[in-house]
Formats: sequence, structure tokens, C-alpha cells
Amino acid sequence: MSSSLELAELVEEVTEEPDGRRLGVLFWVCVGWLALNLLAALLANVLPLPNPLTQNYNAVNAGPSLHHLFGTDDLGRDIFSRVVFGSRVSIEAGLGSMLIGFGVGAPLGMLAAYRRGRLDQVLTVVMYVVLAFPAIIATIAILSFWTPRTLLKIIIVIGVAAIPLVYRVIRTATLAVATQDYVVAAKVQGASDTRILVRELLPNVAPIAVSFLLIGVATVVTLEGSLAFLGLSVAPPTPSWGNMINESRTILQLNPWLALFPAAAMCLFLLALNFIGDRLRTHFDVSEGKL
Amino acid sequence: MARYLARRLVTLVGIVLVISVGAFYLIHLLPGDPATVILGTGDSPQNRARLYAQLGLNRPVIEQYFVWMKNVLHGNLGTSFISQVPVWTTIRAALPIDLEMIVLSQILSFAVAIPLAMSSAKRPDSWLDRFLGAFSFTMLSIPAFILVVVLVLVVAIKLAVPHTGVSSYVPLTQDWVTNLESMALPSVVLAIGSVTVYYRVLRSDLIATLQQEYITLARSKGISQRRILWRHALRPSSVALLGTAGVNIGGLLAGGFIVQYLLDIPGLGYTLVNSIGLSDYLVVQGIVLVVSIGVIVINFVFDFLITLVDPRIARE
Repeated sequence: MSSSLELAELVEEVTEEPDGRRLGVLFWVCVGWLALNLLAALLANVLPLPNPLTQNYNAVNAGPSLHHLFGTDDLGRDIFSRVVFGSRVSIEAGLGSMLIGFGVGAPLGMLAAYRRGRLDQVLTVVMYVVLAFPAIIATIAILSFWTPRTLLKIIIVIGVAAIPLVYRVIRTATLAVATQDYVVAAKVQGASDTRILVRELLPNVAPIAVSFLLIGVATVVTLEGSLAFLGLSVAPPTPSWGNMINESRTILQLNPWLALFPAAAMCLFLLALNFIGDRLRTHFDVSEGKL
Repeated sequence: MARYLARRLVTLVGIVLVISVGAFYLIHLLPGDPATVILGTGDSPQNRARLYAQLGLNRPVIEQYFVWMKNVLHGNLGTSFISQVPVWTTIRAALPIDLEMIVLSQILSFAVAIPLAMSSAKRPDSWLDRFLGAFSFTMLSIPAFILVVVLVLVVAIKLAVPHTGVSSYVPLTQDWVTNLESMALPSVVLAIGSVTVYYRVLRSDLIATLQQEYITLARSKGISQRRILWRHALRPSSVALLGTAGVNIGGLLAGGFIVQYLLDIPGLGYTLVNSIGLSDYLVVQGIVLVVSIGVIVINFVFDFLITLVDPRIARE
């Protein structure tokens, strides 16, 4: 067994700040992968892909081949094309709802942490109450009653549910920065509140916000998948990763490709998002050491 | 302690009230006349009168809430106009299944996560620690439904392990062997998700605790590593773990529907999915109410457990 000294040394090694400059190769691989996903989703119409809705009964449940990279589904639709077009739903849902969540939650969080006082108290209590409502159940409940369902409604419901979470994270992050000397110095110099919020606080809160945003997008992508299983995501035949995995369940034995490719696409996408988010958080972690 | 708990209890009641308003208001999200939508094909004058009595639909909205709330407090969540079964009866039949699934998965999770976190924290940065770190990070990114699909593909189909469908589901009290067989796969899936979370939280807290001076003192007294980890380090390291467990178990109650639906386990989640498919809105509303309150109560219980582990928290 290791002596206590050895152990203390080991512990120190681990808790030491990771290399401050470098983000590592894996980080950039993940960034590249995300960029590739975004580009493919954006250019899906221009790319030489078969129509994701065209059915071909001469090639049903075909395995991967040169003709169909990922094979075809039970209606003879090209799986590769459906995976690419399906990523649009995930990416739109993720970015759209985070846009709402951050658009409302982030300014409120920064303002509350900067101003403090009554505004902070009221906002924090309201957000705490909203946060107590189990978000996933609220999302399912609202989407099952609010018919007909569209991607926009899904984005709105998830986005609103994200507001209190974003508020809490951004408020905490801003609180840590707002008491720093340089903020006080800017105040003493007579800088306006807007200036301090935008020029002094925002650049320091932004890295934490970006890291949380990426992890938020990953959560929403998972949520869209879950909603697809409930039939609460976009209506078929529109492809989405969740829809595809759900549709594959009944013919899993016959055509495992149908489940494996969208599942792999989703997992790699989530892994990349989580990894980048996690690295950014440790990289820019101002609360430990550094200051 | 009592004051702390009383204050938490007041918050709890307040949040439950907010939830009840939310659950009540769902009906009004329905397009057009809610009565017509809820009754569906069962739209007869008789049923309509029953629904009006349940929801107070012909009165002002505020009054409707109190009518509905009064019914709910009397255990009357309405009667489904599709299955003709009282909503509460449906929920009471399904809820124990969720509880069993959660208890099984949590016993499994803690039994795996605690020793793993200890072996990692004992030698941070060792190959085992690095492997577990990378592995748990990867598992965190895999949604439960993908895990289920893959496990069903591998376990149930390739290994021909019996995969009990809803028709053959047997309650625990009737035949516990068959029951556990059908609960094994869902519990394992839920446990995998929980283990990764618990492992990461406990590992980092254990590493911090092991740096404390009283641990060094214990070591210098020659106390064994195992005893130090279990008797000296575990309890002070488990505050964040319990907090996470509270949130996570609430998440399992609210998010367990995927696993239940995919594996034909007739719990609340399964019933919820079916009811959404059938547009059985009263059942959906009832489940939303019960599950939401359940999540809040679970969080409350874990807040209480935390104060038992570290009484200082209640005094602050």
C-alpha cells in the first residue's frame, strides 16, 4: 500500500492545474467532428445525397454498400442521407432552445448578480420555484397537450424550461467576477453599468457560458431523442435521430444497421459536445487556483 | 434541525401548490373545447356531466382550479373516458413497479459506484483511475434509450435471455423470481447511468477528503487503508453524493418512461406513454401531478439525509 506521503504527492499531481495553454489533440478532434456535423446539416440539400424520403422497394433493409453507405431502412430509404438530414432536427432543437434559454436567462443572471438587492432576490426566488418543477415531466406534459406538435413548439418548451438553469449558472459565474478589483476599479473610474456588464463582466463569464451551452445542447439532443420515443418529436416521415432509433426497434433483428448508425451518430455528437464543454470548463476555471 | 426541516417543509408545500396549478392548467392547453377533446368518442351527455363535475368546466377558471383541487385532495383524479377506470386506480397499480425498479437500480448503483470511487481515489491518476474516468465520461454521453436498444440487441436477442413482455409481467408479491427476471434488464440500464454519475461525484470528494489532516493522523496511527476509506473518509465525502442521488432518483422517476416503454414494464412511465398515444388526457394529467410531487418529495428526503450525514448544514 502506498504511504501517506506518496499519496499526498499523487493527490497534488492530480489537483494541479492542467496545462494552462494546451487544450489537447482530442479537443480539436471533437471540434472538427462538430464542425463536420454542422456543415453536413447546413449543406444537406446541396450535397449529392439521395432524397431522405424517397422509398425504394427494390432495396429494402439492405446492408451497407457503395450505393447506400449505411444501407437502407424497411421502406428502402437511404440511411446515410436520413442520418445527415436527421441531424438537422437535433441541431436545430439544441441551438434553438439554448438560444431562448441563454437569451433570457443569461442577461437576467448577469444583471441579478451585478445589481444584487431586491431584483436579485425576486428573480432568484422565481427561478428557484420554476426550477423545482421537474423539467422533463413539464416538457412531456406540455407537448402532449399542446397540439399539433411542431419543432418550433418543442424548441419553445425546452428553451423556456432551460431559462432558470441558465440563470442560476450565469448568476453564480458573474457573482465570482463582480467582486474582483478590476470591476471595482472600473466603477470608481465612473464607467456606466452597461459598460461594466458588457466590457468587464461578459468576457469573463463567456467561457463558462459557452461550456454550459455545449453541455446544454447535448442535453437537449438527448431529450429530443426521448421525446421521439413518446411520439412527441417531429412527425414522421421527417427523419430525426430519435425517430430513426425508435422506428428501428420493431425490426432490430432484421436490420440492426437501422438502429446502429443513428445511435452512433448521436453518441459521437454528444460525446464531442460534452468533451469540449468539459475541457473548456477546466481550462477557464477561474474559481480554483489561478486568481 | 427542526427549524431547518420546518422551513424546507414550507418550501415543499409552496412548490407542490405551484405544481398543482401547472398540472391543472394543462387541460387549457388543449385546442378548442377541452371537454370535447377529453371525451373524444365517449362524448355523451352523461359523460359530459361527469367531466364537468370533475373539472368544474362551466365555471370561471379560478373556481375550476378549486373544484379540481378539492377532488384531487379527496383522491379523485377523475375517471378515464377511454378505459373507464379511475385514474387513481391506474396510478396505484403502476407506482409500485417504478419504486421497485428504482430501489433495485439504486442498490446496484451504490454497490458498484462506492468501491469503484474508492479504488480510484486511493491512487488518483493510476491506470485504473484514468480508465474509469474515460469510461464513465463516455457512458455519460450515451442516452438511456440507446443503451436499451443495444442491450436488447445483445442480451435479449443474441444470448436468448428471456425478455418478459408486459403480458407476462408478474407482481413481486405473486412470484418474485419471475418478477426479478423481468426487472433485471431495466434495473441494470438505470443503474449504469447512476453509477457513472455517483462514481464521478464521490471520487472527487474522496480525493479532497483524503488530503485532510485527520486522515494523515489516522494513517500515522497505522489504521488500515480499507478502514480509513470506509469508516473515516466515506461519510464526510458523501454530502454531494447524496445531493446528486436525490436529483438523480427524481430523474429516474420522471425519466424512467423510456426504459419502461422499451422493455414493456408497466410502470407509471409506460402508462404515461400509452395514455399520450390514446389521448387519455386525464390519466396524463394525473401521472404528471403524481410524478412531479414524487420528485419533489424525493429531493426533500435526500435533503434530510444530508443533514443526518452532516448536521452542520441544518444549522447554517
